[in-house]
Amino acid sequence: MSEDPRDTRSVQSGRPTVIAPGHTFATVTDKISSIVLTRRTPLFWFVPFLIGSLLLMVFLGAVGYLFVRGVGIWGIRVPVMWGWAITNFVWWIGIGHAGTLISAILLLLRQSWRNSINRFAEAMTLFAVACAGTFPLLHLGRPWLFYWLFPYPNSMNIQPQFRSPLVWDVFAVSTYATVSAMFWFIGLIPDLATLRDRARNRWAKATYGILAMGWRGAASHWQKYETASLLLAGLATPLVLSVHTVVSFDFTVAIVPGWHSTIFPPYFVAGAIYSGFAMVMVLAIPLRAMYGLQDLITMRHLDNMAKVMLATGQIVAYSYVFEAFIAWYSGNPFEMFAIWNRMTGPYAPTYWLLIFCNLVFPQFLWLKKFRTNTVWLFITSLDVLLGMWLERYVIIVVSLHRDFLPSSWGMYEPTIWDIATFAGTIGLFLFLFFLFIRSMPMISIFEVRTLLPQAEVTEGVEK
Amino acid sequence: MRTPIYGLMAEFENPSALAAAARQVREKGYRKVEAYSPFAIEEVNEALGLHHNRLPLIVLCGGILGGLTGYLMQYYVAVIDFPINVGGRPLHSWPSFIIITFELTILFAAVATVLGLLGLCGLPMPYHPVFNVARFALASRDRFFLCIEARDPLFDRHDTADFLSSLRPREVSEVAH
Repeated sequence: MSEDPRDTRSVQSGRPTVIAPGHTFATVTDKISSIVLTRRTPLFWFVPFLIGSLLLMVFLGAVGYLFVRGVGIWGIRVPVMWGWAITNFVWWIGIGHAGTLISAILLLLRQSWRNSINRFAEAMTLFAVACAGTFPLLHLGRPWLFYWLFPYPNSMNIQPQFRSPLVWDVFAVSTYATVSAMFWFIGLIPDLATLRDRARNRWAKATYGILAMGWRGAASHWQKYETASLLLAGLATPLVLSVHTVVSFDFTVAIVPGWHSTIFPPYFVAGAIYSGFAMVMVLAIPLRAMYGLQDLITMRHLDNMAKVMLATGQIVAYSYVFEAFIAWYSGNPFEMFAIWNRMTGPYAPTYWLLIFCNLVFPQFLWLKKFRTNTVWLFITSLDVLLGMWLERYVIIVVSLHRDFLPSSWGMYEPTIWDIATFAGTIGLFLFLFFLFIRSMPMISIFEVRTLLPQAEVTEGVEK
Repeated sequence: MRTPIYGLMAEFENPSALAAAARQVREKGYRKVEAYSPFAIEEVNEALGLHHNRLPLIVLCGGILGGLTGYLMQYYVAVIDFPINVGGRPLHSWPSFIIITFELTILFAAVATVLGLLGLCGLPMPYHPVFNVARFALASRDRFFLCIEARDPLFDRHDTADFLSSLRPREVSEVAH
């Protein structure tokens, strides 16, 4: 494709350029900040925002009814007490992982191409974690007593059980949400200062001014700022790997056949990154087309993300194969039955659809022709999101519905309230995300400046 | 001692010019010098002799504090405050305390990073004299500024201005308090 800038290389350092040629510090600043400050809000922005707002109303309705009637309005019945709620929780939190991977791990690995996608990917993380967090809270039964999960001196004289993975989850997810929010905000400060300096509207100037906290781009501040970014990235990297590991402990520590497996932590982390990159693509592809950002989010970015998806997809595929192999090799009749029931039981269509979505369809990404076709990438990403949701559904529902004793077997069916709550969190996500697109720079301006060839200091000017 | 002006500020068009100017200003002997740029420039940090950074130490302390808090909290709850005897299994079951210890280590270290950064930079700062220079708004866009502060012992309103002009800036302006 002609947009592909990979053949041009910066003269001084030999780094491949990731931004289309012809940009200067001023043009990238103006281009990104004008989306927030001066351009009219485009019509296409209202479409997802309105859909998001409507679904958010659905969410509030569903949650309101849940508060009145209790979790019985969902389809959760013995033996499947986790149902859609936990499926959605694991799905959303997995999506968040790609944002942290892009912002933290790729920063440590010096993958500078990430500079033009990390901001909105981090925002995606934040909002995905917000959506994820609602499910275990609502699933508690009495969500208003969620603070009982934390240890504090109380008149009931009871304390949480720290040997339970569910309590680990509380700490892992709340730490993840806090650290992601701080990382995102610290990353925003220099750009908030840019918006403050460029805003003409008094209210905008005051708001961005307060948020920028008086940032003035001093060299002594930049030096500490860079250290802080690296340190936060170094902290977020093990954190993000630990979060989905802890989520997988919710399953592996239990003895349910199909759950009790040591392969789960890496398999969950890979799956999380797989679905997360799919969500980044689903957001990036329409955004770059609508706001004309093809010169900042180039085909090279999409190509790289497709490769990450392909790689994590292969890890997930390997895990599926090995899960089945270990079940057979273990000689444990319950393990063997769990897998056999997945493949041929009443929920077999979901299993085979999952295999198609996660294993078969994304294999097209091996070919460059498909990796550089935005429509194809968009469809593949939606397919991976569906596949990863099905994976969690299969793990949760299909494992629980038939465990050791046939007398305790049962079937699971979601109710309209399950669907309303899930669709509602998609609404919450869209609502928050497009609010962010409208009010904050969706691409990190100061980091994109460093990608320009002009940002390199040429030595020997004075010596 | 209050100086009549905050300092003198020179504006440059690109990072190379700023780095070169910063080096010459330091060689001339000025020490109360600050550079302002729309992104971090390693060469400028070097030219201005910015090596010290206490942030990693603050983060380390935060992490150690978080780890200790996490472990001791769990030990206190599980062993002292609310012991649950499950078939005589040990109350101090340390392997199951590792996760929360780890999470709180990260949490405290990250909070220490953010607070440490803001503290060391003196942010939030509602007022700063450099913003009195009208063109300084471009420091967050595409211009590079070098400010010699009036509290520098070598500072002289006219000589320093002449010296800054000799570095071929776009313009030199006085920074009011």
